[in-house]
Amino acid sequence: MSALTLKNLDISYGDTKVVHGVNLDVPEGESFALVGESGSGKSTILRAIAGLAPEWTGEISVLGQARTHRVDRKVSRQVQMVFQDPYGSLHPRKTIDSALSEPLAIHGIGNRGERVEAVLKQVGLDQRFRFRFPHQLSGGQRQRVAIARALMLEPKVLLLDEPTSALDVSVQAEILNLLKRLRREQNLTFLMVTHNLPVVSFLCDRLAVMRHGKIVEIADVAQLKQGELKESYSRELLAATAA
Amino acid sequence: MSSPLLEVENLRVSFPTHSGCVEVVKGLSFTLGRERLGIVGESGSGKSMTGRSILKLIRKPGEVTADKLRFEGIDILDQNEKQMRAIRGARISMVMQDPKFSLNPVMTVGEQIAEALVTHQKLGRKEVQQRILDMLVAVRINDPERVAKLYPHEVSGGMGQRIMIAMMLIPEPELLIADEPTSALDVSVQAQVLDIIDDLVTRKGMGLILISHDLALVSRYCDRILVMNAGRVVEECAAGQLDQAKHPYTRGLLAAMPVIDETRDELPVLDRTQWAGT
Repeated sequence: MSALTLKNLDISYGDTKVVHGVNLDVPEGESFALVGESGSGKSTILRAIAGLAPEWTGEISVLGQARTHRVDRKVSRQVQMVFQDPYGSLHPRKTIDSALSEPLAIHGIGNRGERVEAVLKQVGLDQRFRFRFPHQLSGGQRQRVAIARALMLEPKVLLLDEPTSALDVSVQAEILNLLKRLRREQNLTFLMVTHNLPVVSFLCDRLAVMRHGKIVEIADVAQLKQGELKESYSRELLAATAA
Repeated sequence: MSSPLLEVENLRVSFPTHSGCVEVVKGLSFTLGRERLGIVGESGSGKSMTGRSILKLIRKPGEVTADKLRFEGIDILDQNEKQMRAIRGARISMVMQDPKFSLNPVMTVGEQIAEALVTHQKLGRKEVQQRILDMLVAVRINDPERVAKLYPHEVSGGMGQRIMIAMMLIPEPELLIADEPTSALDVSVQAQVLDIIDDLVTRKGMGLILISHDLALVSRYCDRILVMNAGRVVEECAAGQLDQAKHPYTRGLLAAMPVIDETRDELPVLDRTQWAGT
């Protein structure tokens, strides 16, 4: 089954249309990357799927169910998002424990203490971090917490918006390893936005190259590894990385 | 090489905490001519503090000491705030990490770039306007007239960073300190921005200190590289010889980077205990 299907998706912010007629199908268990320069609309697609950019037309289906334009609890149970900036995406005055418990409270799920403990273990954080505040954690630890928060509702799909671009290479390696392990253990589907092609090569199965709100090419990661992207723009991107 | 632009000897930066003094830069020495120097290291290695202390931007209670910290013969540590203001921006300028927090949210882009210019030079209004537009074109912003009238929240991260670079380069400084200038940008723009910096630096014969955690990037754009860990330089080498780096820390950083034709199932991570004492 498809984890995510986008059909003829147009997304606007006010009067500006930023995504034009995107068609995409991500099967369950796949790790799919959206790459492209800033402003190409790749993050906007994630935001529309997560319900943060409600001005869209077309069709968004999650695990076979069409998504409505409103906040949709069923969708949030299945799809969660990890944001780029671990410094900005955690509430500064909430402890890690309360940040992680909040989605459970919203969805009326009990057994919160145990679930928080379990998820901290999954993302490789010691229990002593549980009652700390975000400012007491390093960037990598914070991104682990952000991933833990996304995993709280046991979703099937993770939307990753540049999950490692704010981190050091050594910490990036840790987070990439973590994401890879979580996907293997929980059979997650990833839709990841990034501009780092080596990261795509490490973590993803397929990629779509976007430009000016349109998908210009969908390719296999094997093609990326061998430098066999077809479109000239994709080749430009690749050249910028390899240079 | 002519006389050095910047001389640093035994630079130390420390911050008092409840549990004693923490030294974040521990005796750093280097000289910089009109060349491109890269400082590489992870967060917390003291690389940004090194950059900031050159501009005397470390606030109390932080403390900077050095046997020598001279910029073109001027002793930076001896300068008072007023004298420093004449140096900052005009002669040494710094591109900060994050355009989101470093641009003034209530001023338009054009006004901010103009501010950087008129603080140091007296110019007519028309000329200022022209210089701004030229600079925006130089950092490859299409449609500079429109962008100059925008507020920082109306531009993308990549554009914000190019605006910062425009702001920093418009007074034509002699030394540019770029602290992670491209970590918020995507690859295609990253290369463009660094090409812009590189072009301006070489053309005007400026000195450049490029601070970054990205080894590949630094080795591409610099002549010489200092690798820092825990406040110390662990390795110094010519940019071309980075692949022959010897220190385990440098090697670890190099190995942790995924490559385009990645075949490893898991990336090696740094074992931080290994050189904790060094």
